[in-house]
Amino acid sequence: MRDLTIGQYYPGQSLLHKTDPRVKIILTLVFIFIIFFCKNFFSLGLMVAALLAGVLLSRVPLKMMLKSMRAITFIIIITALLNLFYSTGGKVLVSFKFFKITDTGVYTAIFVAVRIMALIVGSTLLTYTTTPTMLTDAIERLLKPLKLFHVPVHTLAMMMTLALRFIPTLMEEIDKIMNAQKARGADLESGGLMQRAKALVPILIPLFVSSFRRAYELAFAMECRCYTGGEGRTRMKQMKLKGLDSVLIVGCAVLLGGVIALNIFFKAFNVG
Amino acid sequence: MPIIRLENVTHNYGDGTPLCVSAIKNINIEIEEGELVGIIGHTGSGKSTLIQHLNGLLSPTQGRVWIDGEDIWQNKKNIRSVRFKVGLCFQYPEYQLFEETVFKDIAFGPKNMKLSEEEIKQRVLEAAEFVGLTPELLEKSPFDLSGGEKRRAAIAGVMAMKPKILVLDEPTAGLDPRGKESILKLILRYKEATGATVLLVTHNMEDVARIATKILVMNRAQVLMYDTVKNVFAHSEELEKIGLTVPQITRVCRELKKRGLDLDESIYTVEDACAALLPLLKKGVG
Repeated sequence: MRDLTIGQYYPGQSLLHKTDPRVKIILTLVFIFIIFFCKNFFSLGLMVAALLAGVLLSRVPLKMMLKSMRAITFIIIITALLNLFYSTGGKVLVSFKFFKITDTGVYTAIFVAVRIMALIVGSTLLTYTTTPTMLTDAIERLLKPLKLFHVPVHTLAMMMTLALRFIPTLMEEIDKIMNAQKARGADLESGGLMQRAKALVPILIPLFVSSFRRAYELAFAMECRCYTGGEGRTRMKQMKLKGLDSVLIVGCAVLLGGVIALNIFFKAFNVG
Repeated sequence: MPIIRLENVTHNYGDGTPLCVSAIKNINIEIEEGELVGIIGHTGSGKSTLIQHLNGLLSPTQGRVWIDGEDIWQNKKNIRSVRFKVGLCFQYPEYQLFEETVFKDIAFGPKNMKLSEEEIKQRVLEAAEFVGLTPELLEKSPFDLSGGEKRRAAIAGVMAMKPKILVLDEPTAGLDPRGKESILKLILRYKEATGATVLLVTHNMEDVARIATKILVMNRAQVLMYDTVKNVFAHSEELEKIGLTVPQITRVCRELKKRGLDLDESIYTVEDACAALLPLLKKGVG
């Protein structure tokens, strides 16, 4: 529990780390949109190439990227298999009783698998290069227009930041509480479901009590520093668009153009 | 036979990752029954990791832990019984108090030992008396107690298991002088009444000087010294080098000696200092 990372931020000084988080969020959304827009292997290939360039640019080790993929391997395999067996048309490659595998099926399966992987890598690239605090800050700025409709954007963002901030603290606390109860002979590892649920009581009660205490203390500390909500608050780190951000935006636009061009040019090879 | 024996104990956090750190390294130590050992060392020296090995909360990456002549990891399933033999009480009572009443909370340990109702009740009352919690307090919610009372309730919760070895992590930290004194007294009382071996992790040298029979000094994941209080405090300069202090009175005596008084440098109680200084005063030296 000690080395649990939240938000899986990978510290670094790369260009992608320095990019404005607002730009990163929007571009990630655009990127996902473009990936769905790809119709054949050529346009998807362009996106994968762009993605690899992004990964290299972020200097996040490839190993870390693959790690984020492990959790969804199962989903990728299932989707690929479904596409493999349920696609019709094209040449029949293998046929076994009522199973039929066609070449279209194979192409679609590969295409879908690559697409899902590209989506995952694209979005992890965002969380690897942006701290949770920066993310919530950026979301707050992006959602600012919603204030017109009386959505308490600042409060929501502050809640999110605080929640993220306290996850590691609570983890540490659970560890300490468990040790204290185990030292008194609490048995957390054996017994049936009911017994195990009961065994959680000595852990949960001190955890709740201390969470409430922490919440009070934090509220007092914030009030002592004259926190009154979002009205009139300025930031220490102003988010300003720089040359680098414009380059990325333009790059993304070029990608979109490239994908459209490739989609039209290789129309004959479109998958699905 | 020593009641606690650690043989080449090493513990690494994050073993097998690039973030691997040895919290304790090659610890070899033997503690005899009936000692009251003060464990000192600055933050991060490995004290907490060390004491969590004694009751099997942590298992050593390397090495063996012997309690009462038994290798505690010989039979992994029995690790819970080791925790009844070695009572460990952590610094923050907030992390362990959870029941509706103080009585029930102190009974948590004995209940886990599967003792009879009768026996549990007797043990709770006994432990409460040791730590000086009145019967009215026992019916209160543990969350309504004062800081010092909470601390005492937590210690009672461990004492009620009647451990042969009692390990206390900073039992006096953050208490006012009177609260501190009463905790130290109850530790001494418990030790005298039960003959238990007591280990006391602390930052406070005055506490150690006051009640310990031996001192274990931890530095950078290793045992720097394990000796009688007098012998350890005689190395005051070495202790200061690693960021620890010696009791005030020891420092006073050392300075007096530097100025030419014929004094023993390892005096660590005010009583001893008086006994050594009075004759000198009477002789009219200084």
